[in-house]
Amino acid sequence: MPALKDIATQIRRDIVRMVHGCASGHPGGSLGCTEYFTALYFKIMQHNPQFSMEARNEDVFILSNGHISPVFYSTLARSGYFDVKELATFRKIDSRLQGHPATHEHLPGIRIASGSLGQGMSVALGVALSKKLNGENNIVYSLHGDGELDEGQNWEAIMFAAHHKVDNLIATVDWNGQQIDGPTDKVMALGDLGAKFAAFGWDVMHLEKGNDIDAVVAGLEAAKARTGKGKPVVILMKTVMGAGVDFMEGHHEWHGIAPNDEQLAKALAQLPETIGDY
Amino acid sequence: MLKEIQVTGQKDTRSGFGDGIVEAARKNPNVVALTADLAGSMKLNQFMKEFPERYVQVGIAEANMMGIAAGLTIGGKIPYTTTFANFSTGRVYDQIRQSIAYSGKNVKICASHAGLTLGEDGATHQILEDIGLMKMLPGMTVIVPCDYNQTKAATIAVAEYVGPVYLRFGRPSWPIFTAADQKFEIGKAQFFSEGKDVSIFACGHMVWKAIEAGRILEDKGLSVEVVNIHTIKPLDTEAILRSIRKTRCAVTVEEHNIIGGLGDAIAQTAAKSFPIPIEYIGTNDTFGESGTPTQLLKKYGLDTQNIVEAAHKVIARKG
Repeated sequence: MPALKDIATQIRRDIVRMVHGCASGHPGGSLGCTEYFTALYFKIMQHNPQFSMEARNEDVFILSNGHISPVFYSTLARSGYFDVKELATFRKIDSRLQGHPATHEHLPGIRIASGSLGQGMSVALGVALSKKLNGENNIVYSLHGDGELDEGQNWEAIMFAAHHKVDNLIATVDWNGQQIDGPTDKVMALGDLGAKFAAFGWDVMHLEKGNDIDAVVAGLEAAKARTGKGKPVVILMKTVMGAGVDFMEGHHEWHGIAPNDEQLAKALAQLPETIGDY
Repeated sequence: MLKEIQVTGQKDTRSGFGDGIVEAARKNPNVVALTADLAGSMKLNQFMKEFPERYVQVGIAEANMMGIAAGLTIGGKIPYTTTFANFSTGRVYDQIRQSIAYSGKNVKICASHAGLTLGEDGATHQILEDIGLMKMLPGMTVIVPCDYNQTKAATIAVAEYVGPVYLRFGRPSWPIFTAADQKFEIGKAQFFSEGKDVSIFACGHMVWKAIEAGRILEDKGLSVEVVNIHTIKPLDTEAILRSIRKTRCAVTVEEHNIIGGLGDAIAQTAAKSFPIPIEYIGTNDTFGESGTPTQLLKKYGLDTQNIVEAAHKVIARKG
């Protein structure tokens, strides 16, 4: 297997090319979460690319902030769920790669639709409960945007998880401090997120270097070791929106716009091809 | 003849649900019940006693309940969500739309206290728009059984069907007039009488009102076909067309807004294949209010006499 760092670089190339290819989509959050996806699918999770919805005796990943579909699709294709050539169909007519992830077109690797925000933690809790009911010793991972925590359903789920001791769940918050209308501090301040989760009864972990592959792997390994102890685990993962493409880094404007031809060339020059373009 | 239909007892339809889910759970180890702080009202007591490990208390958090239910299906479970109809639909429409309907999840959304017959709690709780909301969702099956026995049978039947279901029932004690041992067939209309002068299509509590009205009409020498459309979606269009081709007019009766409910569904079927005059019994673009079920049905024009009058009117319109 190629080095995780090289996989991440290729995924970043895929992301900007996919978004450019249909002149729409969300590169910012996708690039910011590339290390997380790479670590999860190529190192941390026990999963089978011969996809089955029920995922018996497998770990499960649930994406809540569905708009970062480019990184999800690229990761799934690169780990063997479907042919990487299909990435070229992203957001185009008759594609299984819908703008936001969906089960409707039966794309292998997707277990729930997301896009309308704030629903993924509840779904992840349901999967985690089903694992317990089935006597399966697996972990459910979920990813959430920081801005997404504005949605009240998250806090219903956060309360439930602690009350029911759902300790086979590792939720990660992509804490890039940006949302569509600007910095989260200006749009709707999150305050002390760690204290909030702790007050709700969660085991809270801070991952300061969410764009350092070794740090992300170590953080997820540490989180795994903290499951099964009566508390849900949350990783507050600091990332940079647009990480890996200098002119996108840290700019909320790149939440949901595609690069033009010139910008694409500039981005790809910073992301050398490693394991082959689709 | 409608006179021959026997009333075998009186019970609330929600108790049919509570008894049905216990039987479904005995048959199928994957059946799970969730509730948003309404286990008692939803008659889950026996289920909780027999299957404590398969019972999930979510607290007053319906959005979370819908998402958890969707997640449970991924692990092969058959979750039944339970709360009042208002909180089962309008309050959580987007959660149902994205996480359940669009995602094609095998969730059974079980809703009590639907319609005016909820009574004294008033309009905040008397949802009259839920059938419309649910039938508009692609892939959603919508079932409105008519009495205790049928609600119990439907609750058992939906466990065997794979796909999202909205199952609507209610609070008041109501006549029992269908068979205790019935096999519930999703999507199959139930004929209580054969007639040639008028078809009366009804669902839920209103089926009994339609039978009462039909008896009055029969006494006046009319030949009435009373049809229970317990499945609003998928609609039994074949049975509906068979009936109206014979009677050439119809009355629709529902404890729901006439905009978007059973009546609309029947009218669409007729308009496409066999246009006929139709009269609608239901609430007419209005909210409900506090009162006893009987008072409310009377005030909002859903009483037996309203159905009788509508039948005379629609027969006259045939020309």
